[in-house]
Amino acid sequence: MLRIVLAEDSVLLREGLVGLMERFGHQVVAAVGDADELTEAVAAHEPDIVVTDVRMPPGFSDEGLRAAIALRRRRPGLPILVLSQYIQRSYAEDLLDSSDGTGVGYLLKERIGHVEEFIDAVHRVAEGGTVVDPEVVRQLIRHRRDPLARLTTREQEVLALMAEGKSNASIAAAMVVSEGTVSKHFGSILTKLDLSLDDTTNRRVLAVLAYLRGRPGVETA
Amino acid sequence: MHPPTIWTRLHLRRYVRSGWPWRAALYLLSSVVLGLITLLTLVLLAVAGSVLTVVVVGLPLLLVLVLTGVPLASVERRRLALIDSEPLADPHREPDRTGLTAWLRTRLQERATWRELGYAVLFGFLLWPLEALVVGSVLLVCGGLLAAPVMLAVDGEEARVLKMWIVDSWPGALSAALAGLLLLPVFAYPLGAIAAGRAALTRFLLASPTGELNSKIKELGRSRVRLVDAFEAERRRIERDLHDGAQQRLVALSMTLGLARLDASDGPLGPLLAKAQDEAATALVEIRELIRGIHPPVLTDRGLVAAVEDLADRSTIPVDVDLDLPVRPPEAIETAVYFAVSEALANVAKHSGASRAVVRGGLNGGQLAVEVEDDGHGGADTGRGTGLQGVADRVSVLDGRLRVSSPPGGPTVFRLLVPCSTA
Repeated sequence: MLRIVLAEDSVLLREGLVGLMERFGHQVVAAVGDADELTEAVAAHEPDIVVTDVRMPPGFSDEGLRAAIALRRRRPGLPILVLSQYIQRSYAEDLLDSSDGTGVGYLLKERIGHVEEFIDAVHRVAEGGTVVDPEVVRQLIRHRRDPLARLTTREQEVLALMAEGKSNASIAAAMVVSEGTVSKHFGSILTKLDLSLDDTTNRRVLAVLAYLRGRPGVETA
Repeated sequence: MHPPTIWTRLHLRRYVRSGWPWRAALYLLSSVVLGLITLLTLVLLAVAGSVLTVVVVGLPLLLVLVLTGVPLASVERRRLALIDSEPLADPHREPDRTGLTAWLRTRLQERATWRELGYAVLFGFLLWPLEALVVGSVLLVCGGLLAAPVMLAVDGEEARVLKMWIVDSWPGALSAALAGLLLLPVFAYPLGAIAAGRAALTRFLLASPTGELNSKIKELGRSRVRLVDAFEAERRRIERDLHDGAQQRLVALSMTLGLARLDASDGPLGPLLAKAQDEAATALVEIRELIRGIHPPVLTDRGLVAAVEDLADRSTIPVDVDLDLPVRPPEAIETAVYFAVSEALANVAKHSGASRAVVRGGLNGGQLAVEVEDDGHGGADTGRGTGLQGVADRVSVLDGRLRVSSPPGGPTVFRLLVPCSTA
């Protein structure tokens, strides 16, 4: 069971999310409607994970995201899942930059609808994983198109799934190939991107994300 | 509709019986007096000024000479009210500072001042003698005829009417007087016409058509800015409403459907629920794109550079962004430039056949310059697409300019310049 602090200004959605979390056996210790309340609730409840909307009162700009980044700075390692209505590379980058890239997630709000996948993403972030929405990953890849042009379509697919925080097994299942094929693709990706091979899941996601953000070679992790 | 002027009165039957002929006469008569004073002033100032220039004292006199037109024109504008009730606006600007120097500088820089000097010269040397001739003739002819009986009575023997013929009998003198009386209404018409012509000339010379036009143009510009602002506010409101309303509800709907699918797993409703959820997802994507077209949130949150980078990310051809803005420009400028770059990149993708494009720019001397260049085949035409024209219109509201250079064979360079003070 996860203890969750939830920040979402739409009452409809907030209530729905609370119901959803509880249905999967998690406890929403605080459900708040603006960024200040979010900061206070985290201080008061010390949750396992924070789930927050980007746009919130009072400015209806990116208050939620900024609050999340500030929280992260104060409490390194606090898992944060940011829900956004928009595919925004710069938001995702700020979030990934706010830490060593572990225990953060950036998902489009509409993913909530796929409840099991959504709850799975909550778990992965809470466990220190990195989850980036496939749409955003696609944009990150497009943004860095030149060096990535060296990758085959298949390899790009693997990279995108990897960036979403999936394990080799689930990538293999998604692409309907064997796990061995996935690790072969992975090896060739790392070679093509001049990244050293390392077996821990987090490290490879970090490597990929760091590369996507335009900084080949990873100092973190 | 129009305020009465002597022209409109001239056509009326009661013109002769009205006060208008007298007004015309008074207008022309006062012209003579004023003209004479003007002439004397001009000549005196010119002579004294020129002579005394040698001992420097003359210079201020010459300066006064240059400014003679200003008070004269002021009197003329008021005098016009005698026969023309539409007021003539003062074309002079208020000096930006108090004090004689500021006033002088403002006046000497104005075209109106020089026009008025021209008017003074024309008035002093040409107009008033003509007017004197007209009024004088009327007075002399009518007055002379009317005075015949009086002259006869004074002299006792005879009277020289109009210095031309001699009457020595009462019937003769009285018929001369009668002729004078009959001539009065006849003369009223040319008098009125001449006064009207003279007033029209004054209006033409002393009204500042450019001044009035300028103020109208300024007002038009302001109303255009207000319209664009209102339009932007409306866009933002629509964006907010969609975000807070439809978007959130669809997410909630999708979530509810997702939960329902959990319960209905493997049941007969499963596929239907999945389909409903897909449709909700499609609607969300559509709303997201719609909102981005109306007013992208990233523009508000992160500013122009991030928003343009976002555009570049979405472009189907590779776009490099090299924008350097140390501070965020005013919102109106950010919005206009964003949509301009958006249109330019859309054109590059659609028509240019380019394989790369670059957006570069920055602030330079109070101007925001942004350039979109591609390596395509050129031949873009601002006149053809409504999109580029719309961009040009939008930018011109901010006193900005849009230049498109697109020789056949390329490259196409789309250049925006917008005045932008960020200090």
